[in-house]
Amino acid sequence: MAFISSGYDPNEPMKNRITDIGPRHYEDFYPPVIAKNKGKWLYHEILEPGVLVHVAESGDEVYTVRVGGARLMSVTHIREICDIADKYCGGHVRWTTRNNIEFMVDSKDKVAPLKADLASRKFDGGSFKFPIGGTGAGITNIVHTQGWIHCHTPATDASGPVKACMDELFADFQSMRMPAQVRVSLACCLNMCGAVHCSDIAILGYHRKPPMLDHEYLDKMCEIPLAIAACPTAAIKPAKVEINGQKLNTVSINNSRCMFCGNCYTMCPALPLADKEGDGIVIMAGGKVSNRISAPKFSKVVVAFLPNEPPRWPSTTDTIKKIVEAYAAGANKYERLGEWAERIGWERFFERCDLPFTHHLIDDFRDPAYFTWRQTTQFKF
Amino acid sequence: MAKHETPMLDQLESGPWPSFVSDIKQEIAHRKANPNNVELQIPAEVPEDILGVLELSFKHGRTHWKHGGIVGVFGYGGGVIGRYCDQPEMFPGVAHFHTIRVNQPAGKFYSTEFLRKLCDLWEFRGSGITNMHGSTGDIVFLGTHTKQLEEIFFELTHNLNQDLGGSGSNLRTPSDCIGQARCEYACYDTQALCHALTNEYQDELHRPAFPYKFKFKFDGCPNCCVASIARADMSFVGTWRDDIKIDQEAVKAYIGGEIAPNAGAHSGRDWGPFDIQKEVIGLCPTGCMWMEGDKLMIDNRECTRCMHCINVMPRALRIGDDRGLSILVGAKAPILDGAQMGSLLVPFIKAEDPYDEIKEVIEKVWDWWMEEGKNRERLGELIKRQGFQRLLEMTEIEPTPQHVKEPRSNPYIFWKEEEVEGGWQRDVNKFREDHKR
Repeated sequence: MAFISSGYDPNEPMKNRITDIGPRHYEDFYPPVIAKNKGKWLYHEILEPGVLVHVAESGDEVYTVRVGGARLMSVTHIREICDIADKYCGGHVRWTTRNNIEFMVDSKDKVAPLKADLASRKFDGGSFKFPIGGTGAGITNIVHTQGWIHCHTPATDASGPVKACMDELFADFQSMRMPAQVRVSLACCLNMCGAVHCSDIAILGYHRKPPMLDHEYLDKMCEIPLAIAACPTAAIKPAKVEINGQKLNTVSINNSRCMFCGNCYTMCPALPLADKEGDGIVIMAGGKVSNRISAPKFSKVVVAFLPNEPPRWPSTTDTIKKIVEAYAAGANKYERLGEWAERIGWERFFERCDLPFTHHLIDDFRDPAYFTWRQTTQFKF
Repeated sequence: MAKHETPMLDQLESGPWPSFVSDIKQEIAHRKANPNNVELQIPAEVPEDILGVLELSFKHGRTHWKHGGIVGVFGYGGGVIGRYCDQPEMFPGVAHFHTIRVNQPAGKFYSTEFLRKLCDLWEFRGSGITNMHGSTGDIVFLGTHTKQLEEIFFELTHNLNQDLGGSGSNLRTPSDCIGQARCEYACYDTQALCHALTNEYQDELHRPAFPYKFKFKFDGCPNCCVASIARADMSFVGTWRDDIKIDQEAVKAYIGGEIAPNAGAHSGRDWGPFDIQKEVIGLCPTGCMWMEGDKLMIDNRECTRCMHCINVMPRALRIGDDRGLSILVGAKAPILDGAQMGSLLVPFIKAEDPYDEIKEVIEKVWDWWMEEGKNRERLGELIKRQGFQRLLEMTEIEPTPQHVKEPRSNPYIFWKEEEVEGGWQRDVNKFREDHKR
């Protein structure tokens, strides 16, 4: 494993340096049928779950086969995607914002062999490499964050719970029986490196124990004023402690004020808060980003806490299945999950989904809380 | 024999959904076999250590990754996320294991030639494990050693004509929907605008000079497939301001059941025959549609362009021709003061190259935020702290009813002195001539 230089010279870092060139130009990568008809598409149709056709003014058609993918992906897997794209799609492929992969062909007769090939490929462990689906009124791929595979602040894993959930929701990835699309998202802490706060169903990692104080190292590892300023509830203040006869600058935390956001830990590694029993999952529901019919909405907290249960997170997947089935049974055509909950009333939502209502679900965080309390005599028994 | 026992992760190889565990295992096998005799620049067993660390987290219920350190490439303040394992003796292959964000092409179309080059580079100088893609949109190279960072950057820029994405307090990698490339709803060329602004603001993207992160996202229409309205400090949502185009023959075909509604999105269940009154006209949020005989009528002046009717009948209804975009500002996730949705700042602006009008709005917003924003204060939080009026003032945009959902319900107006006749300077003694003490 001898070191091989790229040509970079550490003694002269500016020599031949190229910077600020940006990403590759998108036009380098369009399939010919896309390049030709861009901006001139007439309409589209979902022919079956996972298969779309777009028809252009020119009469040209592009057929898309959409497959699910784990966003955590090896180069071996990407090369296999390339092999398929070379064989059927003229060497072009694309990804969607929801981690799906789209293979495009320019005529209908090319669809069946592509589909058959994709559907036949499995990992050695038995799972599908390229399950076809993720379109229309179904449940498409989960957008998610990094989790325990590579992040320093998570309160749950990402790839693990996503795999567990998608195994449970798999039939609905490959069908379109829902009243409208159901967008499921996961964020492994409330930094939310994705739009989970506006999803039909959001899986959110959450801590429940205030940070521990690593007094001996705190002043060495952290800028104390930054740690204090990081707290949104002003629960952190400067403090001095004596350890082994040594006076140390540190902080103290008013634990009853902590809402476990972990922002202090981001600023100060000497304030770790992760904990096996403390950490787990919050389920939120009823959000959306589309402006269709009603305005975009935030997801609401409907389950305050579920434990982390690797490897399969059964409490989380069961809860999601319950919400999905109640929604599928009760919502009108085109009605998103949040619109359904608002129409029937949140009291009915908890009843239909068989979820307990606890005090944790009543907002008590600052001014917006007031606007969520019921200020009318109109309610349902 | 696996380097680490991973009984819990092995369980995740079962079930139909693509297993990331199986995928990482195939990468482990590939690196061990090394069929192309690649001179791997970081140890072959790195993916084994990744699985090992993850299994330990499954056991402990806690992450084993530490905060990033100051690593990166010379002259950039972003694009590389430093990452260290807190069990380096157990997992030496990933003791230091930094992430590289590679700026994805707009629209996420790829040629296999380019993808293969990325794969070759990442197998040679990294773990061989990626995210396709990270939440913000980048191609994420998941883990390499410190010494490889400059080498990878050099190869990306010299051999692949490819730059890094953003991280830290800078412009984060902009991302867009598929737009006009393959969608009939797109009201502007999202890829063109995304690419143009990404290149215009390379300095802001690579060299952190902002109070905190700043995100651009580009949605071609109000369906908002990239969720710009929920997560971008500045979201660009396509819209139009003339009339929806109606093909009355196609309307008849929908009513007659010849064309499936909503492009066939509901075919998994029998919802009964299509009912235009119930499914389109009755669900229109402004009630601006009606039938005259067998003709569908729209009072376009009252339409708020929610997309529902167009989504249901894409072959009969098309977006208007006077197209552009709306700019909304201030969306963010809950950290710290709660989540914020984007608020409408510019109701309509044309999206035409070289986009000077759009850049003018962006730069005015940045000037204000960079001047007034506190450390780690997102734009949305600054707008809340100083008021929407201040944003309008700083961007020189006239207030209109479009800016609000409803007018304020309290009269606590912060009048400015120059707005009040005669100003605020008064003579109390003169007042007392009429009002005795």
